[in-house]
Amino acid sequence: MANVLVNAPKTARKGETVEIKALIMHPMETGFRAGTNGRIIPRNIIEHFTATWNGSEIFRMDFSPAIAANPFVSFFTIAGESGTITLRWTGDEGFVAEHQVAITVT
Amino acid sequence: MQRRAFIAGFAVTVLPIAAAATPETMAAAIKQVTGDAAVRPGRVTLDIPPLVENGNTVPLTVSVESPMTEADFIKAIHVFNEKNPQPHVFDARLSPRNGKAVVGTRIKLADAQKVVAIAETSKGEFFSASADVIVTIAACIEDIT
Repeated sequence: MANVLVNAPKTARKGETVEIKALIMHPMETGFRAGTNGRIIPRNIIEHFTATWNGSEIFRMDFSPAIAANPFVSFFTIAGESGTITLRWTGDEGFVAEHQVAITVT
Repeated sequence: MQRRAFIAGFAVTVLPIAAAATPETMAAAIKQVTGDAAVRPGRVTLDIPPLVENGNTVPLTVSVESPMTEADFIKAIHVFNEKNPQPHVFDARLSPRNGKAVVGTRIKLADAQKVVAIAETSKGEFFSASADVIVTIAACIEDIT
């Protein structure tokens, strides 16, 4: 399981706009660099990032090799109802990582 | 014979690296997103440092002025660059559920170049902002030695 760091508020008022920040450990190898043996290192990146709130999608982002290693994403969302925010990253070489945070909406 | 083999090998190994994005390929990539619609300046703020020491991680925030209601919201934010190996940086999809059309991330820049952000509204309009960035240590294409 990849190392994930997520910063989201634990509680929010209904209708409030909250910021969610997510960082994941990943080399984001571009596929344009040569290694010590002179051969190109194959591309290994995260291609898709999706965020869902109680199952409904709130944010989606497609990455390219131009996203820095250990991709960081921040976005905003309106607090709906209490539940879980699920963040999911998928990429090359079958990479899948999922992280859930609970949020209480009052 | 040896020299010919060397030249052939050189062409094979170097060419894929040399295939970099240019202002033209960036324009083509933007065209793919916008189609024939006009891209107007304004509403988009591209927050990126003008002078970057290390191109491996460049903080970038795109914010777009929008009421973000069902009737009028920002559908997508696209970011492009001029001189990385590929013109695409990211495509973010938004909905009224986001409340604010603001996306932040960290990117790689291979050279001093122009970065362009394009916002697509729910009405099919396109707005853009661009920024010139000077990079002293390049990313992406640097070999490991």
